[in-house]
Amino acid sequence: MKLEIKNLSKKFKNILAVNDISFSIEKNKTLGLLGPNGCGKTTSIGMMLGLITPSNGKILIDNKTFNSSNRIEMLSLMNFASPYIELPKKLTVFENLNVYARLYGVENINQRIEEIVEDLNLKSFFKKKTGELSSGQKNRVSLAKSLINKPKLLFLDEPTASLDPDVGDFVREYLEKYKSKNELTILLASHNMKEVERLCDSVVMMKRGAIVDQGTCKMLIDKHGRNNLEDTFLKIARSNDELE
Amino acid sequence: MNWSKIIGLSLRHVYLIKGSFPRILDLIYWPTIQIFLWGFISKFFTLSSSYYNNTVGIILSAAILYDFLFRSSISYNMMFLEEIWSRNFTNLFIAPIKLSEIIAALTFTAIFRTLIGLIPASLIAIPLFGVSIFAIGLPLVFLLITLYIFGVTLGLLVTSGLIRFGPSFENIAWASLFFLAPLGCIYYPIEILPEWLQIISKLLPLVHIFEEMRNILIYDSVSYIQIFKAALISFMYFIFGVIIFFLSYEGAKNRGTLINMGE
Repeated sequence: MKLEIKNLSKKFKNILAVNDISFSIEKNKTLGLLGPNGCGKTTSIGMMLGLITPSNGKILIDNKTFNSSNRIEMLSLMNFASPYIELPKKLTVFENLNVYARLYGVENINQRIEEIVEDLNLKSFFKKKTGELSSGQKNRVSLAKSLINKPKLLFLDEPTASLDPDVGDFVREYLEKYKSKNELTILLASHNMKEVERLCDSVVMMKRGAIVDQGTCKMLIDKHGRNNLEDTFLKIARSNDELE
Repeated sequence: MNWSKIIGLSLRHVYLIKGSFPRILDLIYWPTIQIFLWGFISKFFTLSSSYYNNTVGIILSAAILYDFLFRSSISYNMMFLEEIWSRNFTNLFIAPIKLSEIIAALTFTAIFRTLIGLIPASLIAIPLFGVSIFAIGLPLVFLLITLYIFGVTLGLLVTSGLIRFGPSFENIAWASLFFLAPLGCIYYPIEILPEWLQIISKLLPLVHIFEEMRNILIYDSVSYIQIFKAALISFMYFIFGVIIFFLSYEGAKNRGTLINMGE
């Protein structure tokens, strides 16, 4: 699926949280949405998921404007995972996946759950309550939920935050493998620059609600005369307003 | 309406209840305590009051019906609060499920939660106090449906507040029914209220329901017109509740409160 953001803005009372941002992600590509805390990433993702009404601008998915009349149709093709939202803790892994498979209108629910349990190695704690799992296990279950409907467009908000390097690497590797076998466009918000360099085809840098730069990782590193994306991020984040 | 999605969302709450014995106990405990408390008060009144003379169980029947209303409303609110407490709110609202399907799922599951608590309590009242709510007969079904619609409506209004104002609205959820109880004339006839309050209370379906319940138990006569009036008022409030819920949802989208809502 192709995602296009055109002149998107969001104003909360007197605060301009997102200021006229435009970018696009081609089908099957991964775009990193970067920026310091409070730069408007979550608000932007919220608008793309239909949770926040934009003050201005358009969200186009495969050239169709995402609006309230096609909300259900569009949402059934998307999904979202973030360590900051959780699945019901008192439900087992199976119960959570079963509930969300139904909400997303998945056909052959048991078969799909079996597939995803196998793929993400959830079998050993499949019947455990989600609240009893470790951070790494919860993260994998959250990822399983976000892929339960085989989305064409996936939003990931810091998918490996608070994970140990081993589990973080497992998640990144899984996403790469999944993408190579399935049609999937990803918007990834992350503060892990190595992860962004590894997974993203291009990046958008945000600061104070606006886009301050965009391009491929290599392009931005070269443009700002740094050695890696982390240094480039720091340069942009700490730069004065003239950059904007 | 997609019934598979409605069943899916209902399942989430059924799993929650099924997997926790303390939750089941909690659902049964409070209605049973109510029955005991009002059972003894009722027994005392029937022995000491000429109004209640020979009409054993009016107060207890009113207590059971009021508890049904209370439980249906609280069940509705609780299911919504569970989503906030478990930080599952965002997951729910980005799923391709219509608001009407969410309302339907919560409405159907609320009756399930309510009946878990109320059936054992109502059955206990029979051997313990010699009072059966089922003595009301067929009109009981209509009274319960009318109460349920109003209970769900109150639940809808409170959940609208939760969507609009966030978890800080939680206290209102618990207080909502206590606010209406004095006007509902649950345990006393409407004549007890000052005239100006009688006018206001007649705008609520509760007065018509509980007056009719007393009418059936004391005079052994049924006024279906009165029941229909109560049902109609309840339904009008329900439509109002649905409109408020939709408006709150749109308001929350504008204010950005749907994302990351949690404790």
